[in-house]
Amino acid sequence: MLANLINGISLGSVYAIIALGYTMVYGIAKMLNFAHGDVIMVGGYIAFYSITLMGWPPALAVLAAIVVCTALGIVIERLAYKPLRSATSLAVLITAIGVSYFLQNAALLLWTSNTKVFPNIFEKLPGLRLGAMQIAPVTIITVLANIVIMVTLTLFTTKTKMGKAMRAVSEDKGAATLMGINVNRTISLTFAIGSGLAAIAGVLLCTAYPTLQPTTGSMPGIKAFTAAVFGGIGSIPGAMLGGILLGVIEIFGKAYVSTQLSDAIVFAVLIIVLLVKPTGLLGRKVNEKV
Amino acid sequence: MAEMLKVEDLHVYYGSIHAVKGISFEVHEGEIVTLIGANGAGKSTTLNTVGGLLKARSGHILFEGKDLHGVPANKVVAEGMALCPEGRRVFQHMTVLENLEMGAYTRSSAEAEETLEKVYGLFPRLKERYRQVAGTLSGGEQQMLAMGRALMSRPKLLMLDEPSMGLAPILVQQIFDIIVDMNKQGTTILLVEQNAQMALSIANRAYILETGKINHSMEGDAADLLNSEEVKKAYLGG
Ligand SMILES: Nc1ncnc2c1ncn2[C@@H]1O[C@H](COP(=O)(O)OP(=O)(O)O)[C@@H](O)[C@H]1O
Ligand SMILES: [Mg+2]
Repeated sequence: MLANLINGISLGSVYAIIALGYTMVYGIAKMLNFAHGDVIMVGGYIAFYSITLMGWPPALAVLAAIVVCTALGIVIERLAYKPLRSATSLAVLITAIGVSYFLQNAALLLWTSNTKVFPNIFEKLPGLRLGAMQIAPVTIITVLANIVIMVTLTLFTTKTKMGKAMRAVSEDKGAATLMGINVNRTISLTFAIGSGLAAIAGVLLCTAYPTLQPTTGSMPGIKAFTAAVFGGIGSIPGAMLGGILLGVIEIFGKAYVSTQLSDAIVFAVLIIVLLVKPTGLLGRKVNEKV
Repeated sequence: MAEMLKVEDLHVYYGSIHAVKGISFEVHEGEIVTLIGANGAGKSTTLNTVGGLLKARSGHILFEGKDLHGVPANKVVAEGMALCPEGRRVFQHMTVLENLEMGAYTRSSAEAEETLEKVYGLFPRLKERYRQVAGTLSGGEQQMLAMGRALMSRPKLLMLDEPSMGLAPILVQQIFDIIVDMNKQGTTILLVEQNAQMALSIANRAYILETGKINHSMEGDAADLLNSEEVKKAYLGG
Protein backbone atom coordinates (compact mmCIF):
# COMPACT_ATOMS: atom_id res chain seq x y z
CA MET A 1 0.00 0.00 0.00
CA LEU A 2 2.64 2.52 1.12
CA ALA A 3 5.03 1.20 -1.49
CA ASN A 4 2.41 1.74 -4.16
CA LEU A 5 1.73 5.23 -2.92
CA ILE A 6 5.42 6.08 -3.08
CA ASN A 7 5.75 4.60 -6.55
CA GLY A 8 2.71 6.53 -7.62
CA ILE A 9 4.06 9.80 -6.30
CA SER A 10 7.37 9.13 -8.00
CA LEU A 11 5.81 8.35 -11.38
CA GLY A 12 3.44 11.25 -10.86
CA SER A 13 6.38 13.56 -10.22
CA VAL A 14 7.75 12.72 -13.65
CA TYR A 15 4.33 13.41 -15.18
CA ALA A 16 4.21 16.67 -13.26
CA ILE A 17 7.55 17.85 -14.63
CA ILE A 18 6.43 17.01 -18.16
CA ALA A 19 3.00 18.54 -17.56
CA LEU A 20 4.67 21.81 -16.58
CA GLY A 21 6.06 22.07 -20.08
CA TYR A 22 2.63 21.51 -21.61
CA THR A 23 0.92 23.90 -19.28
CA MET A 24 3.44 26.74 -19.58
CA VAL A 25 3.48 26.56 -23.36
CA TYR A 26 -0.30 26.34 -23.47
CA GLY A 27 -0.61 29.27 -21.10
CA ILE A 28 1.51 31.50 -23.22
CA ALA A 29 1.13 30.31 -26.79
CA LYS A 30 -2.41 28.90 -26.39
CA MET A 31 -1.32 25.76 -28.20
CA LEU A 32 -0.84 22.12 -27.37
CA ASN A 33 2.71 21.25 -28.16
CA PHE A 34 2.25 17.58 -28.98
CA ALA A 35 5.94 17.27 -29.75
CA HIS A 36 6.70 17.89 -26.09
CA GLY A 37 6.72 14.16 -25.27
CA ASP A 38 9.27 13.53 -28.00
CA VAL A 39 11.61 16.13 -26.57
CA ILE A 40 11.69 13.88 -23.49
CA MET A 41 12.84 11.03 -25.66
CA VAL A 42 15.58 13.17 -27.22
CA GLY A 43 16.70 14.13 -23.71
CA GLY A 44 16.86 10.45 -22.82
CA TYR A 45 19.04 9.61 -25.84
CA ILE A 46 21.38 12.54 -25.30
CA ALA A 47 21.93 11.50 -21.69
CA PHE A 48 22.29 7.85 -22.75
CA TYR A 49 25.02 8.53 -25.31
CA SER A 50 26.74 11.07 -23.08
CA ILE A 51 27.18 8.32 -20.52
CA THR A 52 27.74 5.23 -22.66
CA LEU A 53 29.60 6.72 -25.61
CA MET A 54 31.36 9.74 -24.15
CA GLY A 55 31.84 8.26 -20.71
CA TRP A 56 30.64 11.47 -19.07
CA PRO A 57 29.55 11.50 -15.44
CA PRO A 58 25.74 11.51 -14.94
CA ALA A 59 25.60 15.14 -13.85
CA LEU A 60 27.29 16.26 -17.04
CA ALA A 61 25.05 13.96 -19.08
CA VAL A 62 21.96 15.53 -17.55
CA LEU A 63 23.36 18.96 -18.29
CA ALA A 64 24.02 17.97 -21.92
CA ALA A 65 20.45 16.71 -22.24
CA ILE A 66 19.10 19.97 -20.82
CA VAL A 67 21.21 22.07 -23.17
CA VAL A 68 20.26 20.09 -26.27
CA CYS A 69 16.54 19.95 -25.41
CA THR A 70 16.40 23.64 -24.55
CA ALA A 71 17.95 24.48 -27.91
CA LEU A 72 15.62 22.00 -29.62
CA GLY A 73 12.60 23.61 -28.00
CA ILE A 74 13.65 27.05 -29.19
CA VAL A 75 14.31 25.78 -32.72
CA ILE A 76 10.97 23.94 -32.91
CA GLU A 77 9.11 27.05 -31.84
CA ARG A 78 11.03 29.27 -34.22
CA LEU A 79 10.73 27.05 -37.29
CA ALA A 80 7.41 25.29 -36.84
CA TYR A 81 5.16 27.39 -34.62
CA LYS A 82 6.23 31.00 -34.94
CA PRO A 83 5.21 31.26 -38.60
CA LEU A 84 1.75 30.07 -37.50
CA ARG A 85 1.28 32.68 -34.77
CA SER A 86 -1.88 33.97 -36.42
CA ALA A 87 -3.05 30.70 -37.98
CA THR A 88 -6.06 28.70 -36.81
CA SER A 89 -5.52 26.47 -33.80
CA LEU A 90 -6.26 23.44 -35.96
CA ALA A 91 -3.34 24.26 -38.26
CA VAL A 92 -1.08 24.63 -35.25
CA LEU A 93 -2.29 21.35 -33.78
CA ILE A 94 -1.61 19.46 -37.00
CA THR A 95 1.83 21.03 -37.20
CA ALA A 96 2.57 19.96 -33.63
CA ILE A 97 1.61 16.38 -34.48
CA GLY A 98 3.84 16.64 -37.54
CA VAL A 99 6.76 17.83 -35.43
CA SER A 100 6.15 14.92 -33.08
CA TYR A 101 6.39 12.40 -35.94
CA PHE A 102 9.39 14.21 -37.33
CA LEU A 103 11.26 13.87 -34.05
CA GLN A 104 10.34 10.21 -33.70
CA ASN A 105 11.48 9.42 -37.21
CA ALA A 106 14.65 11.45 -36.87
CA ALA A 107 15.40 9.41 -33.73
CA LEU A 108 14.69 6.22 -35.67
CA LEU A 109 17.18 7.24 -38.32
CA LEU A 110 19.83 8.45 -35.93
CA TRP A 111 19.52 5.89 -33.18
CA THR A 112 17.59 2.96 -34.78
CA SER A 113 14.62 1.19 -33.26
CA ASN A 114 16.77 -1.06 -31.08
CA THR A 115 15.81 -0.68 -27.46
CA LYS A 116 18.60 0.86 -25.41
CA VAL A 117 18.96 -0.07 -21.78
CA PHE A 118 19.41 3.10 -19.82
CA PRO A 119 22.11 2.91 -17.13
CA ASN A 120 21.11 3.37 -13.50
CA ILE A 121 22.78 6.71 -12.94
CA PHE A 122 21.88 6.94 -9.28
CA GLU A 123 23.35 3.51 -8.51
CA LYS A 124 25.97 4.84 -6.13
CA LEU A 125 23.55 6.93 -4.13
CA PRO A 126 22.09 5.48 -0.95
CA GLY A 127 18.40 4.65 -0.87
CA LEU A 128 16.13 5.21 2.06
CA ARG A 129 14.97 2.47 4.38
CA LEU A 130 11.46 2.89 5.70
CA GLY A 131 10.78 -0.01 8.06
CA ALA A 132 10.91 -3.08 5.88
CA MET A 133 10.68 -1.05 2.71
CA GLN A 134 13.54 0.17 0.60
CA ILE A 135 13.01 3.38 -1.39
CA ALA A 136 15.20 3.61 -4.46
CA PRO A 137 17.42 6.66 -4.94
CA VAL A 138 15.73 7.46 -8.25
CA THR A 139 12.40 7.73 -6.46
CA ILE A 140 13.77 10.13 -3.90
CA ILE A 141 15.55 12.23 -6.50
CA THR A 142 12.50 12.38 -8.74
CA VAL A 143 10.28 13.65 -5.96
CA LEU A 144 12.92 16.12 -4.79
CA ALA A 145 13.52 17.36 -8.33
CA ASN A 146 9.80 17.92 -8.74
CA ILE A 147 9.60 19.96 -5.54
CA VAL A 148 12.65 22.05 -6.42
CA ILE A 149 11.34 22.73 -9.94
CA MET A 150 7.92 23.67 -8.64
CA VAL A 151 9.27 26.07 -6.04
CA THR A 152 11.72 27.63 -8.50
CA LEU A 153 9.08 28.14 -11.17
CA THR A 154 6.63 29.62 -8.71
CA LEU A 155 9.25 32.06 -7.45
CA PHE A 156 10.27 32.84 -11.02
CA THR A 157 6.76 33.68 -12.17
CA THR A 158 5.79 35.67 -9.08
CA LYS A 159 9.00 37.41 -8.07
CA THR A 160 11.07 38.14 -11.16
CA LYS A 161 10.42 40.76 -13.80
CA MET A 162 10.85 38.21 -16.58
CA GLY A 163 8.51 35.75 -14.91
CA LYS A 164 5.82 38.37 -14.41
CA ALA A 165 6.23 39.43 -18.02
CA MET A 166 5.59 35.79 -18.94
CA ARG A 167 2.30 35.86 -17.06
CA ALA A 168 1.41 39.16 -18.67
CA VAL A 169 2.02 37.70 -22.13
CA SER A 170 -0.08 34.66 -21.31
CA GLU A 171 -2.99 36.93 -20.38
CA ASP A 172 -2.92 39.49 -23.16
CA LYS A 173 -0.22 39.66 -25.79
CA GLY A 174 -1.29 43.04 -27.14
CA ALA A 175 -1.35 44.68 -23.74
CA ALA A 176 1.98 43.03 -22.89
CA THR A 177 3.52 44.47 -26.05
CA LEU A 178 2.28 47.90 -25.04
CA MET A 179 4.23 47.52 -21.80
CA GLY A 180 7.41 47.11 -23.83
CA ILE A 181 7.60 43.35 -23.43
CA ASN A 182 9.04 41.46 -26.38
CA VAL A 183 6.34 38.82 -26.85
CA ASN A 184 8.29 36.64 -29.29
CA ARG A 185 11.25 36.43 -26.98
CA THR A 186 8.99 35.61 -24.05
CA ILE A 187 7.35 32.77 -25.97
CA SER A 188 10.77 31.51 -26.96
CA LEU A 189 11.87 31.55 -23.33
CA THR A 190 8.79 29.57 -22.34
CA PHE A 191 9.57 26.88 -24.89
CA ALA A 192 13.17 26.84 -23.67
CA ILE A 193 12.13 26.32 -20.05
CA GLY A 194 9.51 23.68 -20.93
CA SER A 195 11.99 21.75 -23.06
CA GLY A 196 14.74 21.97 -20.48
CA LEU A 197 12.31 20.46 -17.98
CA ALA A 198 11.45 17.77 -20.51
CA ALA A 199 15.11 16.80 -20.59
CA ILE A 200 15.15 16.38 -16.82
CA ALA A 201 11.93 14.37 -17.00
CA GLY A 202 13.48 12.24 -19.75
CA VAL A 203 16.47 11.29 -17.66
CA LEU A 204 14.35 10.57 -14.57
CA LEU A 205 11.88 8.52 -16.58
CA CYS A 206 14.59 6.48 -18.31
CA THR A 207 16.33 5.84 -15.01
CA ALA A 208 13.13 4.61 -13.37
CA TYR A 209 11.97 2.61 -16.43
CA PRO A 210 15.27 1.88 -18.13
CA THR A 211 14.24 1.23 -21.72
CA LEU A 212 14.75 3.78 -24.44
CA GLN A 213 13.19 3.78 -27.91
CA PRO A 214 12.18 6.50 -30.37
CA THR A 215 8.59 6.17 -29.11
CA THR A 216 9.54 6.33 -25.43
CA GLY A 217 8.20 9.85 -25.03
CA SER A 218 4.75 9.31 -26.56
CA MET A 219 2.83 7.64 -23.78
CA PRO A 220 4.30 9.69 -20.91
CA GLY A 221 3.69 12.74 -23.08
CA ILE A 222 0.02 11.93 -23.48
CA LYS A 223 -0.33 11.07 -19.79
CA ALA A 224 1.36 14.31 -18.77
CA PHE A 225 -0.88 16.22 -21.12
CA THR A 226 -3.81 14.52 -19.42
CA ALA A 227 -2.33 15.51 -16.07
CA ALA A 228 -2.07 19.12 -17.20
CA VAL A 229 -5.73 19.14 -18.25
CA PHE A 230 -6.68 17.27 -15.08
CA GLY A 231 -5.01 19.88 -12.89
CA GLY A 232 -6.23 22.77 -15.02
CA ILE A 233 -4.27 23.63 -18.14
CA GLY A 234 -2.28 26.83 -17.78
CA SER A 235 -1.89 26.41 -14.02
CA ILE A 236 1.53 25.57 -12.60
CA PRO A 237 0.29 24.11 -9.27
CA GLY A 238 -2.40 22.37 -11.34
CA ALA A 239 0.27 20.55 -13.34
CA MET A 240 1.89 19.41 -10.11
CA LEU A 241 -1.34 18.20 -8.56
CA GLY A 242 -2.61 16.64 -11.78
CA GLY A 243 0.68 14.85 -12.38
CA ILE A 244 0.92 13.34 -8.93
CA LEU A 245 -2.73 12.29 -8.80
CA LEU A 246 -2.40 10.71 -12.21
CA GLY A 247 0.69 8.79 -11.18
CA VAL A 248 -0.96 7.55 -7.98
CA ILE A 249 -4.18 6.55 -9.76
CA GLU A 250 -2.21 4.72 -12.42
CA ILE A 251 -0.10 2.73 -9.96
CA PHE A 252 -3.09 1.91 -7.75
CA GLY A 253 -5.08 0.91 -10.80
CA LYS A 254 -2.28 -1.42 -11.83
CA ALA A 255 -1.91 -2.86 -8.34
CA TYR A 256 -5.52 -3.33 -7.34
CA VAL A 257 -7.59 -3.49 -10.50
CA SER A 258 -5.79 -4.58 -13.60
CA THR A 259 -2.56 -3.77 -15.38
CA GLN A 260 -4.34 -3.64 -18.71
CA LEU A 261 -7.08 -1.39 -17.44
CA SER A 262 -4.93 1.11 -15.52
CA ASP A 263 -4.73 3.56 -18.41
CA ALA A 264 -8.46 3.33 -18.98
CA ILE A 265 -9.01 4.11 -15.30
CA VAL A 266 -6.75 7.15 -15.59
CA PHE A 267 -8.75 8.52 -18.49
CA ALA A 268 -12.06 7.67 -16.87
CA VAL A 269 -11.06 9.74 -13.85
CA LEU A 270 -10.08 12.58 -16.17
CA ILE A 271 -13.46 12.50 -17.88
CA ILE A 272 -15.31 12.54 -14.58
CA VAL A 273 -13.26 15.48 -13.32
CA LEU A 274 -13.83 17.43 -16.52
CA LEU A 275 -17.56 16.73 -16.36
CA VAL A 276 -17.73 18.13 -12.86
CA LYS A 277 -15.20 20.93 -13.34
CA PRO A 278 -14.49 21.65 -17.00
CA THR A 279 -11.49 23.86 -16.21
CA GLY A 280 -9.70 21.07 -14.34
CA LEU A 281 -8.96 20.92 -10.63
CA LEU A 282 -7.10 24.21 -10.24
CA GLY A 283 -7.93 25.77 -13.58
CA ARG A 284 -9.59 29.12 -13.79
CA LYS A 285 -12.15 30.35 -16.19
CA VAL A 286 -10.67 32.09 -19.17
CA ASN A 287 -12.53 35.28 -19.79
CA GLU A 288 -12.67 35.75 -23.51
CA LYS A 289 -11.43 39.13 -24.59
CA VAL A 290 -13.45 41.01 -27.18
CA MET B 1 4.94 75.02 -28.77
CA ALA B 2 7.18 72.28 -30.04
CA GLU B 3 5.68 69.62 -32.21
CA MET B 4 5.71 66.29 -30.43
CA LEU B 5 3.76 63.98 -32.70
CA LYS B 6 3.11 64.53 -36.37
CA VAL B 7 1.08 62.01 -38.33
CA GLU B 8 1.14 62.41 -42.08
CA ASP B 9 -1.12 60.81 -44.65
CA LEU B 10 -1.63 57.61 -42.66
CA HIS B 11 -3.34 54.70 -44.40
CA VAL B 12 -4.27 51.57 -42.45
CA TYR B 13 -5.93 48.44 -43.78
CA TYR B 14 -7.41 45.31 -42.20
CA GLY B 15 -6.88 42.95 -45.09
CA SER B 16 -8.82 44.68 -47.83
CA ILE B 17 -10.77 46.95 -45.49
CA HIS B 18 -9.42 50.49 -45.74
CA ALA B 19 -10.04 51.68 -42.18
CA VAL B 20 -7.91 54.81 -42.02
CA LYS B 21 -7.78 56.76 -45.25
CA GLY B 22 -4.92 59.19 -45.28
CA ILE B 23 -5.21 61.14 -42.10
CA SER B 24 -2.84 63.82 -40.84
CA PHE B 25 -2.76 65.53 -37.48
CA GLU B 26 -0.33 66.78 -34.92
CA VAL B 27 0.10 67.08 -31.20
CA HIS B 28 2.23 69.77 -29.61
CA GLU B 29 4.14 69.43 -26.40
CA GLY B 30 1.97 70.11 -23.34
CA GLU B 31 -1.35 69.87 -25.17
CA ILE B 32 -4.43 67.79 -24.72
CA VAL B 33 -5.57 66.90 -28.21
CA THR B 34 -8.71 64.91 -28.77
CA LEU B 35 -9.77 62.79 -31.69
CA ILE B 36 -13.52 62.39 -31.64
CA GLY B 37 -15.84 60.49 -33.90
CA ALA B 38 -18.63 57.97 -34.05
CA ASN B 39 -18.26 54.28 -33.43
CA GLY B 40 -16.29 52.69 -36.26
CA ALA B 41 -14.80 55.95 -37.52
CA GLY B 42 -11.26 54.60 -37.14
CA LYS B 43 -10.19 56.21 -33.87
CA SER B 44 -8.80 53.06 -32.28
CA THR B 45 -7.17 52.01 -35.53
CA THR B 46 -5.37 55.35 -35.64
CA LEU B 47 -4.21 55.15 -32.05
CA ASN B 48 -3.15 51.52 -32.32
CA THR B 49 -1.15 52.33 -35.42
CA VAL B 50 0.61 55.26 -33.79
CA GLY B 51 1.31 53.02 -30.79
CA GLY B 52 2.81 50.32 -33.01
CA LEU B 53 0.21 47.59 -32.49
CA LEU B 54 -0.87 47.88 -36.13
CA LYS B 55 1.30 48.59 -39.13
CA ALA B 56 0.32 51.36 -41.52
CA ARG B 57 0.23 50.60 -45.24
CA SER B 58 1.75 54.02 -45.85
CA GLY B 59 2.32 57.36 -44.20
CA HIS B 60 4.55 58.80 -41.54
CA ILE B 61 4.42 58.82 -37.76
CA LEU B 62 6.96 61.33 -36.56
CA PHE B 63 7.54 61.38 -32.82
CA GLU B 64 9.95 64.08 -31.78
CA GLY B 65 11.21 64.07 -35.34
CA LYS B 66 11.84 60.33 -35.46
CA ASP B 67 9.85 58.24 -37.96
CA LEU B 68 8.17 55.41 -36.07
CA HIS B 69 6.45 53.85 -39.08
CA GLY B 70 6.74 50.07 -38.64
CA VAL B 71 8.39 50.25 -35.22
CA PRO B 72 6.71 47.58 -33.06
CA ALA B 73 4.77 48.62 -29.97
CA ASN B 74 7.29 47.23 -27.52
CA LYS B 75 9.92 49.58 -28.95
CA VAL B 76 7.57 52.54 -29.19
CA VAL B 77 7.12 52.58 -25.40
CA ALA B 78 10.83 53.08 -24.90
CA GLU B 79 10.64 56.13 -27.17
CA GLY B 80 8.34 57.82 -24.67
CA MET B 81 4.88 57.11 -25.98
CA ALA B 82 2.37 55.02 -24.06
CA LEU B 83 -1.01 53.76 -25.16
CA CYS B 84 -3.81 53.02 -22.76
CA PRO B 85 -5.92 50.77 -24.98
CA GLU B 86 -9.66 50.61 -25.49
CA GLY B 87 -11.36 48.30 -23.01
CA ARG B 88 -8.59 48.86 -20.43
CA ARG B 89 -6.98 45.48 -20.89
CA VAL B 90 -5.44 45.27 -17.46
CA PHE B 91 -3.88 41.93 -16.61
CA GLN B 92 -6.88 40.42 -14.87
CA HIS B 93 -5.08 37.71 -12.93
CA MET B 94 -2.23 39.90 -11.76
CA THR B 95 -2.34 42.21 -8.76
CA VAL B 96 -2.64 45.98 -9.02
CA LEU B 97 1.01 46.35 -8.09
CA GLU B 98 2.11 43.73 -10.63
CA ASN B 99 0.14 45.52 -13.34
CA LEU B 100 1.89 48.76 -12.46
CA GLU B 101 5.25 47.00 -12.45
CA MET B 102 4.56 45.72 -15.94
CA GLY B 103 3.89 49.32 -16.99
CA ALA B 104 7.43 50.13 -15.93
CA TYR B 105 8.87 47.18 -17.83
CA THR B 106 11.21 49.37 -19.88
CA ARG B 107 12.38 51.26 -16.79
CA SER B 108 14.96 50.52 -14.12
CA SER B 109 13.61 49.43 -10.75
CA ALA B 110 14.74 52.71 -9.16
CA GLU B 111 12.81 54.70 -11.77
CA ALA B 112 9.83 52.40 -11.32
CA GLU B 113 9.73 52.97 -7.58
CA GLU B 114 9.90 56.70 -8.02
CA THR B 115 7.14 56.74 -10.63
CA LEU B 116 5.01 54.42 -8.52
CA GLU B 117 4.77 57.09 -5.82
CA LYS B 118 3.62 59.63 -8.40
CA VAL B 119 1.02 57.25 -9.79
CA TYR B 120 -0.22 56.48 -6.27
CA GLY B 121 -0.46 60.24 -5.75
CA LEU B 122 -2.77 60.55 -8.75
CA PHE B 123 -4.69 57.39 -7.94
CA PRO B 124 -4.84 56.89 -4.16
CA ARG B 125 -7.35 54.10 -4.75
CA LEU B 126 -4.69 52.03 -6.45
CA LYS B 127 -2.41 52.39 -3.47
CA GLU B 128 -5.16 51.16 -1.14
CA ARG B 129 -5.73 48.13 -3.33
CA TYR B 130 -2.23 47.33 -4.47
CA ARG B 131 -2.45 43.67 -3.51
CA GLN B 132 -5.86 43.10 -5.01
CA VAL B 133 -6.16 41.04 -8.19
CA ALA B 134 -7.01 43.42 -11.04
CA GLY B 135 -9.92 41.34 -12.31
CA THR B 136 -11.81 41.97 -9.06
CA LEU B 137 -11.61 45.78 -9.35
CA SER B 138 -14.63 47.81 -10.44
CA GLY B 139 -14.75 49.26 -13.96
CA GLY B 140 -13.67 52.69 -12.81
CA GLU B 141 -10.81 51.27 -10.78
CA GLN B 142 -9.69 49.17 -13.74
CA GLN B 143 -9.64 52.30 -15.87
CA MET B 144 -7.52 54.03 -13.25
CA LEU B 145 -5.22 51.04 -13.19
CA ALA B 146 -4.90 51.06 -16.97
CA MET B 147 -4.04 54.75 -16.93
CA GLY B 148 -1.65 54.38 -14.01
CA ARG B 149 0.00 51.43 -15.73
CA ALA B 150 0.53 53.48 -18.89
CA LEU B 151 2.01 56.31 -16.81
CA MET B 152 4.51 53.93 -15.24
CA SER B 153 6.59 53.99 -18.43
CA ARG B 154 6.99 57.77 -17.90
CA PRO B 155 5.61 58.68 -21.29
CA LYS B 156 6.04 62.12 -22.78
CA LEU B 157 2.92 61.42 -24.78
CA LEU B 158 0.06 59.42 -23.33
CA MET B 159 -2.61 58.13 -25.68
CA LEU B 160 -5.95 57.24 -24.14
CA ASP B 161 -8.53 55.23 -26.06
CA GLU B 162 -12.04 55.89 -24.74
CA PRO B 163 -11.25 56.09 -21.03
CA SER B 164 -14.89 56.91 -20.27
CA MET B 165 -16.28 53.80 -21.92
CA GLY B 166 -18.87 52.02 -19.80
CA LEU B 167 -18.43 54.24 -16.74
CA ALA B 168 -21.09 56.00 -14.68
CA PRO B 169 -21.19 59.80 -15.23
CA ILE B 170 -19.66 60.57 -11.85
CA LEU B 171 -16.73 58.29 -12.61
CA VAL B 172 -16.36 59.81 -16.06
CA GLN B 173 -15.97 63.21 -14.44
CA GLN B 174 -13.38 61.80 -12.06
CA ILE B 175 -11.39 60.19 -14.87
CA PHE B 176 -11.41 63.41 -16.90
CA ASP B 177 -10.25 65.40 -13.86
CA ILE B 178 -7.32 63.03 -13.54
CA ILE B 179 -6.50 63.42 -17.23
CA VAL B 180 -6.29 67.17 -16.69
CA ASP B 181 -4.08 66.59 -13.64
CA MET B 182 -1.75 64.31 -15.58
CA ASN B 183 -1.50 66.96 -18.26
CA LYS B 184 -0.70 69.64 -15.70
CA GLN B 185 2.06 67.43 -14.36
CA GLY B 186 3.70 67.55 -17.76
CA THR B 187 2.30 64.67 -19.81
CA THR B 188 1.08 65.52 -23.28
CA ILE B 189 -2.23 63.79 -24.03
CA LEU B 190 -3.84 62.40 -27.15
CA LEU B 191 -7.38 61.47 -26.21
CA VAL B 192 -9.79 59.42 -28.28
CA GLU B 193 -13.40 59.67 -27.24
CA GLN B 194 -16.97 59.07 -28.26
CA ASN B 195 -18.02 61.32 -25.41
CA ALA B 196 -17.37 64.46 -27.46
CA GLN B 197 -18.83 66.84 -24.89
CA MET B 198 -16.42 65.79 -22.17
CA ALA B 199 -13.43 65.47 -24.46
CA LEU B 200 -13.92 68.92 -26.01
CA SER B 201 -14.35 70.50 -22.60
CA ILE B 202 -10.87 69.51 -21.45
CA ALA B 203 -8.94 69.55 -24.75
CA ASN B 204 -6.91 72.34 -26.27
CA ARG B 205 -7.50 71.20 -29.82
CA ALA B 206 -9.65 68.61 -31.51
CA TYR B 207 -9.95 66.64 -34.73
CA ILE B 208 -13.08 64.97 -35.94
CA LEU B 209 -12.78 61.60 -37.59
CA GLU B 210 -15.49 60.47 -40.01
CA THR B 211 -15.22 57.02 -41.64
CA GLY B 212 -11.46 56.99 -41.77
CA LYS B 213 -10.92 60.62 -42.68
CA ILE B 214 -10.45 63.79 -40.72
CA ASN B 215 -13.11 66.42 -41.35
CA HIS B 216 -10.91 69.46 -41.91
CA SER B 217 -13.84 71.84 -41.92
CA MET B 218 -14.28 71.09 -38.23
CA GLU B 219 -10.89 71.08 -36.59
CA GLY B 220 -8.89 73.30 -34.32
CA ASP B 221 -9.61 74.99 -31.04
CA ALA B 222 -11.66 72.68 -28.83
CA ALA B 223 -13.63 75.48 -27.20
CA ASP B 224 -14.70 76.80 -30.61
CA LEU B 225 -15.80 73.34 -31.68
CA LEU B 226 -17.81 72.93 -28.51
CA ASN B 227 -19.81 76.00 -29.55
CA SER B 228 -19.99 75.29 -33.26
CA GLU B 229 -23.50 74.58 -34.53
CA GLU B 230 -22.25 71.95 -36.94
CA VAL B 231 -20.43 69.99 -34.22
CA LYS B 232 -23.34 70.37 -31.84
CA LYS B 233 -25.66 68.87 -34.37
CA ALA B 234 -23.47 65.93 -35.29
CA TYR B 235 -21.70 65.03 -32.06
CA LEU B 236 -23.25 66.70 -29.08
CA GLY B 237 -26.81 65.54 -29.60
CA GLY B 238 -28.31 68.82 -30.60
N1 LIG C 1 -9.64 43.67 -36.44
C1 LIG C 1 -10.40 44.22 -37.41
N2 LIG C 1 -10.61 43.56 -38.57
C2 LIG C 1 -11.35 44.12 -39.55
N3 LIG C 1 -11.92 45.33 -39.49
C3 LIG C 1 -11.74 46.03 -38.36
C4 LIG C 1 -10.97 45.52 -37.27
N4 LIG C 1 -10.96 46.44 -36.29
C5 LIG C 1 -11.69 47.49 -36.75
N5 LIG C 1 -12.15 47.23 -38.00
C6 LIG C 1 -12.96 48.14 -38.80
O1 LIG C 1 -12.24 49.34 -39.01
C7 LIG C 1 -13.09 50.45 -38.84
C8 LIG C 1 -12.57 51.37 -37.77
O2 LIG C 1 -12.65 50.72 -36.51
P1 LIG C 1 -12.10 51.35 -35.17
O3 LIG C 1 -10.78 51.95 -35.42
O4 LIG C 1 -12.20 50.32 -34.12
O5 LIG C 1 -13.18 52.49 -34.91
P2 LIG C 1 -13.46 53.35 -33.61
O6 LIG C 1 -12.38 53.13 -32.63
O7 LIG C 1 -13.51 54.75 -34.10
O8 LIG C 1 -14.79 52.91 -33.10
C9 LIG C 1 -14.48 49.91 -38.58
O9 LIG C 1 -15.19 49.88 -39.77
C10 LIG C 1 -14.23 48.52 -38.08
O10 LIG C 1 -15.29 47.67 -38.42
MG1 LIG D 1 -12.51 52.39 -30.72
